[in-house]
Amino acid sequence: MKILVAVKRVIDYAVKVRVKPNKSGVETSNVKMSMNPFCEIALEEALRIRESGAAKEVVAVTVGPAQCADTLRTALAMGADRAVHVDAGAAPVLPLSVAKILRALVQVEQPGLLILGKQAIDDDCNQTGQMVAGLLKWPQGTFASKVVLDKEKQVATVEREVDGGLETLCLDLPAVITTDLRLNQPRYATLPNIMKAKSKVIKKVTPEELNVEIKSDLEVVQVTEPPKRKAGVIISSVDELIDKLKNEVVSCNILNCK
Amino acid sequence: MHRLLCFFPSKSNPLKNPISPFRNLPIFRTENPTRSPLRPATGFGLHPSVPTPPNRSPLSRFHLVSTNLSSLIHSTGGTRRFSGESGGREALHYDVVIVGAGPAGLSAAIRLKQLCRARNTDLSVCVLEKGSEVGAHIISGNVFEPRALDELIPCWRDEGAPIEVPVSHDKFWLLTENRALSLPSPFDNKGNYVISLSQLVRWMATKAEELGVEIYPGFAASEILYDEDDKVVGVATNDMGVAKDGSKKETFQRGVELKGHITLLAEGCRGSLSEKIIRDYKLRDKGQGQHQTYAIGIKEVWEIEEGKHVPGTVLHTVGWPLDMKTYGGSFLYHMNNRQISIGLVIALNYRNPYLSPFDEFQKLKHHPAIKSLLEGGSVLQYGARTLNEGGFQSIPNPVFPGGAIIGCSAGYINVPKIKGTHTAMKSGMLAAEAAFNVLDGGAQMEMYWDSLKRSWIWEELYRSRNYRPAFEYGLIPGLAFSALERYVFRGRLPLTLKHGKPDHEATDIAGVHTPIQYPRPDGRVSFDVPTSLYRSNTNHEHDQPAHLRLRDPTIPERVNLPLYAGPESRYCPARVYEYVPDEKHGMKLHINAQNCLHCKACDVKDPKQNIEWTVPEGGGGPGNFGGKDLSLSKIAEVLGKYYLHMQILSAVSISMEDFINLC
Repeated sequence: MKILVAVKRVIDYAVKVRVKPNKSGVETSNVKMSMNPFCEIALEEALRIRESGAAKEVVAVTVGPAQCADTLRTALAMGADRAVHVDAGAAPVLPLSVAKILRALVQVEQPGLLILGKQAIDDDCNQTGQMVAGLLKWPQGTFASKVVLDKEKQVATVEREVDGGLETLCLDLPAVITTDLRLNQPRYATLPNIMKAKSKVIKKVTPEELNVEIKSDLEVVQVTEPPKRKAGVIISSVDELIDKLKNEVVSCNILNCK
Repeated sequence: MHRLLCFFPSKSNPLKNPISPFRNLPIFRTENPTRSPLRPATGFGLHPSVPTPPNRSPLSRFHLVSTNLSSLIHSTGGTRRFSGESGGREALHYDVVIVGAGPAGLSAAIRLKQLCRARNTDLSVCVLEKGSEVGAHIISGNVFEPRALDELIPCWRDEGAPIEVPVSHDKFWLLTENRALSLPSPFDNKGNYVISLSQLVRWMATKAEELGVEIYPGFAASEILYDEDDKVVGVATNDMGVAKDGSKKETFQRGVELKGHITLLAEGCRGSLSEKIIRDYKLRDKGQGQHQTYAIGIKEVWEIEEGKHVPGTVLHTVGWPLDMKTYGGSFLYHMNNRQISIGLVIALNYRNPYLSPFDEFQKLKHHPAIKSLLEGGSVLQYGARTLNEGGFQSIPNPVFPGGAIIGCSAGYINVPKIKGTHTAMKSGMLAAEAAFNVLDGGAQMEMYWDSLKRSWIWEELYRSRNYRPAFEYGLIPGLAFSALERYVFRGRLPLTLKHGKPDHEATDIAGVHTPIQYPRPDGRVSFDVPTSLYRSNTNHEHDQPAHLRLRDPTIPERVNLPLYAGPESRYCPARVYEYVPDEKHGMKLHINAQNCLHCKACDVKDPKQNIEWTVPEGGGGPGNFGGKDLSLSKIAEVLGKYYLHMQILSAVSISMEDFINLC
């Protein structure tokens, strides 16, 4: 069985992001970029499934500009067997377009499992996995905190982290799984593996070759910082509190004061 | 104190540190079969991997004293370790292994590849960098003298080097608490540029990779590898995925050995491996003879208001807030994009153990002349680093069997000029030329030492050798002598002043000083440590053994606290060291290793030299990611401040002010 893992190149989680002066977006030039942490967890899970014998091959795929090849090299260094780079140009690609590209790739590669991170830390969309499952009409197990594969029955048992607690689903393969934080701890890429990954071949594809048209239905109008949090006010008596509640605009913060 | 005359011996010898427990440990040898470094003239390339036989793992006394970390292979103190512990490590072979992707390391790498191209051969060159990316741990003023870069890459102007702001104004002020007296500038910065050194290093790394150098950020070289003749044959990276108690986590990865025919150490000031090598091979005695002296620099990058920003302005100050006996000064350089870098440099031979360099820096920013510049601006980054001030007198013999030390790890800063980047780069280039001749022609590495002595580095450092030692007599005599040196003697005096005591011995006992009351930060111009740490992007994997080792774990409570009032809790710019109450109503030292900025001040200044700075897991440490177009943002700052408070492993239940009042 083949496992396809979709990874995304995002601004490194440790970097402090800044808004561009023209408010059109966030500063991305000259900042450190790395693989989305949830995608690392997804890749780690795929590698563990392969190491347990339930799968034969792990293929990493990414959609993005030319620099995304670095992310794929990291994936190869962690242990992926092959990598595919879909070069969609420099403009950011929205989840629906990514989902369509992944559907096309799935039809080419025919994997038994598609694993993604639950969301990317730059846009926090949490949509791609669900959209791909919908387009492919595959079962989906999102926010996975535990995955157990049964090779003979071709079933994946996924424990999901939901608002009320944990939910366990049984999915018939092929299926889509998106990974949450507590699923596993990604491995380090060792130096020898990084060296070997440098010379591995990454297959390059364009969206046109996959018959996918990338058009975005959304346009980012403005990006601004959140308003600075105002200092709290310490109220000295109950009368003052009542007075403020009556006359000033009430927000929850007032209730936090002593 | 008789320091004017050369033939009076220096009073202290740091080499005779009585505390070190490693004097008498047996030296273990390997059975590593790798031998001759000389290559046949016909071919170059990677050697086939020679399997290292698994060796016994010697448990050093240090391990038994401090913790039960039997699975750790971090080398400690002066013990020599096997190349290969129980379990064996994978070994990768290169012709030249360079530790540190800074100006010196990358200059050496680029030079090597240039020489290969000129002679139509090839050498495999590998550069290891402990930061998560190249430039992450680089911090410097920086007013750049392009002398070495002109020699290395003559057409750097056409190749997009991030060197764009020429120095336009050179100012020098003597500060008092409220005034700034303008003095004639002792510097001559014509032809120099105001740059961000981390950006320059990143550019140099792309140049190096274009030439075929392999650069691996995120890997920390923690151990030197020796062969049976005590010759250095390479370095090893540390194990990753070791938990705080020493056990292996599920992500455990064994370190890797990088064997090189030549190993160049370019770790920067007080490099952990370089210091070991200097001690083991007694390189200071074989060099100029004096100990190295240091200073700590604390720096912030600000974005200021448009009208106040004049690109290319270079300002240096002396005087306030430092007293007459403490050597140091501040710098303020205007870069482009409305950014300025401002910092305070304090020599680490200060006497008052209550001095806190971080708080002095915050005080400095409140000076009326400086505050007016900063108001309305915002801080982009924070960092701190020690730098060498020993100059000519402290240069060690940088050559050891199997390699050499380049850059600030040896110490080539021109102290009165406050510039060391150009000399570091040149030293890297000279070492590369020597290494190439060793590998290609059968020369000896000593050629590097000889060429160093004949180069402009030597001449420049010789001419500037007497400025810093003159300040042992105080600020005014020092300034007066500096003026004489600059305008009259120009380094031609037939004597060489000696340094005072080593920095760690210069601290007075706390009893003879009074605690200093520092003003509270105002949150607009001055800040507290957690806020500043947040801006340094510093982070380490928290579940790893503390990389700051105490040679004797009882000394902080026995000596540092009672005698010196715990100076490490003050000079550390990241507040890694904190004295917290323990169960028995005493105080004990708590180490928040996760905050560490990799400045090495503790390694330098600890009175008993008890603290040893070792490398943490690769990828951790400060993050001087810098862009050209950074603009104001408070989003992540507000959110991140709260995140960092939770992240800092702090058991502190009293504030620093309360502690000072307690003493």
